[in-house]
Amino acid sequence: MVWLTWRQFRWQAIAAAAFLAVVAIVLGVTGPGLVTRYDQIGLPSCHTACAALAGHYINDLEFTTYGKLFYAGLVVMYLVPALIGIFWGAPLISREFEAGTFRLAWNQSVTRTRWTLGKLGLIGLASVATAGLLSLAISWWASPIDHALSYGQSGSHFLRLSPLVFGARGVAPLAYAAFAFALGVTAGVLIRRAVPAMAVTLVVFAAVQILMATLVQPHLIPPVQATAPFNANTANEVVMTSNGNGPLTMILKGNYSRPGALILSNQTITASGRVFDGPPGHACTANVPQQDCNNWLNSLHLRQLVSYQPASRFWPLQFAETGVYLVLAAGLGALCTWQIRRRRP
Amino acid sequence: MIWLSWRQFRLQAVVAAAALAVVAIALLSTGAHLSALFDSNGLATCRTTCSTDAVNFNNQLKGSTTELIFYGSTFLMYAVPGLIGIFWGAPLVARELESGTFRLAWNQSVTKSRWIAVKLGLIGLAAMATIGLLSLMTSWWASPLYDAAQKGGGNSFSINKIAPPLFGATGIAPVGYAAFAFALGVAAGVLIRRTIPAMAVTLVIFAAVQVVMPLLIQPHLISPARLTAPFNANTANEIMISSPGNTMTVVGNFSGPAAWVLSDETITPSGKVFTGPAGSACLSSTAPPQQCNNWLNSQHLRQLITYQPASRYWPMQWLELAIYLVVAAGLSVLCVWQVRRRRG
Amino acid sequence: MTAAIEARGLGKQYGRRWALTDCTLSIPAGHVVGLVGPNGAGKTTLINLATGMLTSTTGSIAVLGKKPASDPAQLASVGYVAQDTPTYSSMSVEDHLRFGAHMNPAWDNDLARKRIQQLDLDPKQKAGKLSGGQRAQLALTLAIAKRPQLLMLDEPIASLDPLARREFLQVLMEATADQELSVVMSSHLVTDLERVADYLIVLVASRVQIAGEVSSLLATHHLLTGPRRDTASLPAGQQVITESHTDRQSSFVVRSNEPIQDPTLSVAGLDLEDLVLAYMGSAKAGSNHPMLEGTR
Repeated sequence: MVWLTWRQFRWQAIAAAAFLAVVAIVLGVTGPGLVTRYDQIGLPSCHTACAALAGHYINDLEFTTYGKLFYAGLVVMYLVPALIGIFWGAPLISREFEAGTFRLAWNQSVTRTRWTLGKLGLIGLASVATAGLLSLAISWWASPIDHALSYGQSGSHFLRLSPLVFGARGVAPLAYAAFAFALGVTAGVLIRRAVPAMAVTLVVFAAVQILMATLVQPHLIPPVQATAPFNANTANEVVMTSNGNGPLTMILKGNYSRPGALILSNQTITASGRVFDGPPGHACTANVPQQDCNNWLNSLHLRQLVSYQPASRFWPLQFAETGVYLVLAAGLGALCTWQIRRRRP
Repeated sequence: MIWLSWRQFRLQAVVAAAALAVVAIALLSTGAHLSALFDSNGLATCRTTCSTDAVNFNNQLKGSTTELIFYGSTFLMYAVPGLIGIFWGAPLVARELESGTFRLAWNQSVTKSRWIAVKLGLIGLAAMATIGLLSLMTSWWASPLYDAAQKGGGNSFSINKIAPPLFGATGIAPVGYAAFAFALGVAAGVLIRRTIPAMAVTLVIFAAVQVVMPLLIQPHLISPARLTAPFNANTANEIMISSPGNTMTVVGNFSGPAAWVLSDETITPSGKVFTGPAGSACLSSTAPPQQCNNWLNSQHLRQLITYQPASRYWPMQWLELAIYLVVAAGLSVLCVWQVRRRRG
Repeated sequence: MTAAIEARGLGKQYGRRWALTDCTLSIPAGHVVGLVGPNGAGKTTLINLATGMLTSTTGSIAVLGKKPASDPAQLASVGYVAQDTPTYSSMSVEDHLRFGAHMNPAWDNDLARKRIQQLDLDPKQKAGKLSGGQRAQLALTLAIAKRPQLLMLDEPIASLDPLARREFLQVLMEATADQELSVVMSSHLVTDLERVADYLIVLVASRVQIAGEVSSLLATHHLLTGPRRDTASLPAGQQVITESHTDRQSSFVVRSNEPIQDPTLSVAGLDLEDLVLAYMGSAKAGSNHPMLEGTR
């Protein structure tokens, strides 16, 4: 079974190895430069000015090759599990159905179940290993940047905890690869034609990733709730909108800063606990300086109600995410094995 | 032939229409909020305060869902041509070759050349139309962002259509990408004759081309402009001293109209790139950094900037489109020729 | 001795169509069984059920005493060459032999290599580049070299030219003699089976029409010709399979265990092809409309 799986997987393994080699070279060549700049700017030994230094570091990198590689690293980490599902998972068994070779394979002295489990296990392992090596390399390379970002304001989309980066670091990509692979194989077993299975795998995987990142991920561990006084002078957002002919409403978002944390919701509430939505007082609608409006808002004694995930929860959240996806992958693996056992081609 | 092409393409067409619909709904429902934010910052009617208004607008968007959607739509504009090449292009002929149905198709009263030419033409057009629609939708959605950038001046807003990656994600260039990816996929299918390897090869080549183009070709589509600006160490982006040798690398801060800065070198009065050696004011560990800055400023350095101005956006877009369409046409001719001389 | 295949009330339904209906067979071991019938009769379905590729809707089937594909030992004892003789088109002949060696503990490598050599197949050649006949031979080698007790072949020679067909049957017969194989081979060409089969099953319109040893079938079926008469007026103890009448003559194909004593009838023997055609004709007359092959 091992020989057969390897013999049929040869080219994919070589392609993966070549890709990993290219990535390793690029990251290996550019990685030390990032660390040098990090040291030179003085971040390892900073005490009080860390946020400013970190901001300086990030801004300097933004438009250089390093910045482009950072974004590329994110794209690669999200694409690779999808590509594994599409090119390694979907054709695995569907090609055997399309070509009729399952009639040859299932007549050997190896039961169908063992044949399926062997392929799932061996290539599943290869998928996880590929994603793991990639995640290791890219997380190592990006660690100075991730570290610098964690000093800064907590609104950046590129914090390690934020949905955009969270799935591209740590152990989560391994679980995504396992899930995408199992999804692809299952699609192939159910649809029995390779190209449609590939398309379905892509669509379902993308949908699951988006749904998980937006709806489930931030709540894998119940977020921390906190309140703070609202100060209009430092607020992030003071917006007035009108609803056609109705009264003006106000949308306020205060400034809440916890370095490295992922802010999930930031509402401005009145003393009674209701969300404040206006109507704006005269000081805000009349043609007077903004400061008058701010003073009026501050006089209302509003508070911010914030729910967030602190930066320290990165690894617990990673393990929770990994757990969810591994369970899904195992379930799909069981589904395909069961479907093959009761196969009626 | 048209009926046959449609019949075999039905499913992909339906999927594409559904996907476009989903994207349209997502963009429509969030576009209003973006417009409202634009207006409420006074950017629609600003005269003298545009720059600060734009900065405020930018700050309000940082970290919001809108920013995420913007990244997502940019990503989509690059991903969709690739997907078209992989799922519409590569299986087109390869599937027929693999399953043997080409023997049926090529034995009808339609020549092989006409069969492949019609398929290439019709589905190629469908591909370009899909991406064209997508580009229109995302441009409409993002127009407040681009307007704010234009009104606020170059440095107050960080999105810039003339530079990658936005250059390749807006306007008409993506239509060229889709045509190229599709033709590349069909060619891979004709030459390799097996669907899944053709899909993989299409992916790799298309990705490589899309990475190489912005790096090597796009900067020189039109010969870049140059200008010199004074160098001020106090506002410099980067002052680095590397040892041994005390060579210095300095990069000034350039703030001008929105442009794609290709290179920003600091040159000495004689015109050569300034590499040091670092003066004693910069090497001393006890002297404050201001002394080093003063010494640098006394060197009368200037910044030599090569750039593409934002006004060249549309000429460059047309050039990019032309290049990709020519390559696509070449690949199409290759396909027709190969199909004609093969007996399968 | 365990029957090679034992089926009781076996049936397979696809949607609303029955591909195989109420099939009860007891095929003894040690024979070369010809499974004959028109296209769409259910031959492939029966073979798929016997090799475990399908599960039945009704009834049961036991192959060499066990449920098909139930465990590795059972899988090792049944060889199978499917229709269109599938092989891995990107693997070479050599690779296929290694495939067989790895997947079958009872693999006879010497036998496999000897056969490949005799067939003049280039071991490095990719299976996708072989001709139809060569692929069929490769598939047969794979099935034989695992030393099964029962070999099942689903129309293996349908798409081969006459020379390739003869070579295939030759290899098959040698193997049968050497290894004491039982063989079940399906075909819609009776002439090929005539040479090799000693047991016959006729399958028409999803039902078994007749099953038995060829020698006894030929001995008990007769062609009766005589002046025009009614079927009812035939002597008793005879089962009429088909009848055809002209203005003056009638001819009947009958099955009878006793000798025919009627002097007005002339009695002749049938060859296998006529026999099979007679059964196919009779089944067709009894069915509503011809059925074409559905899903496999």
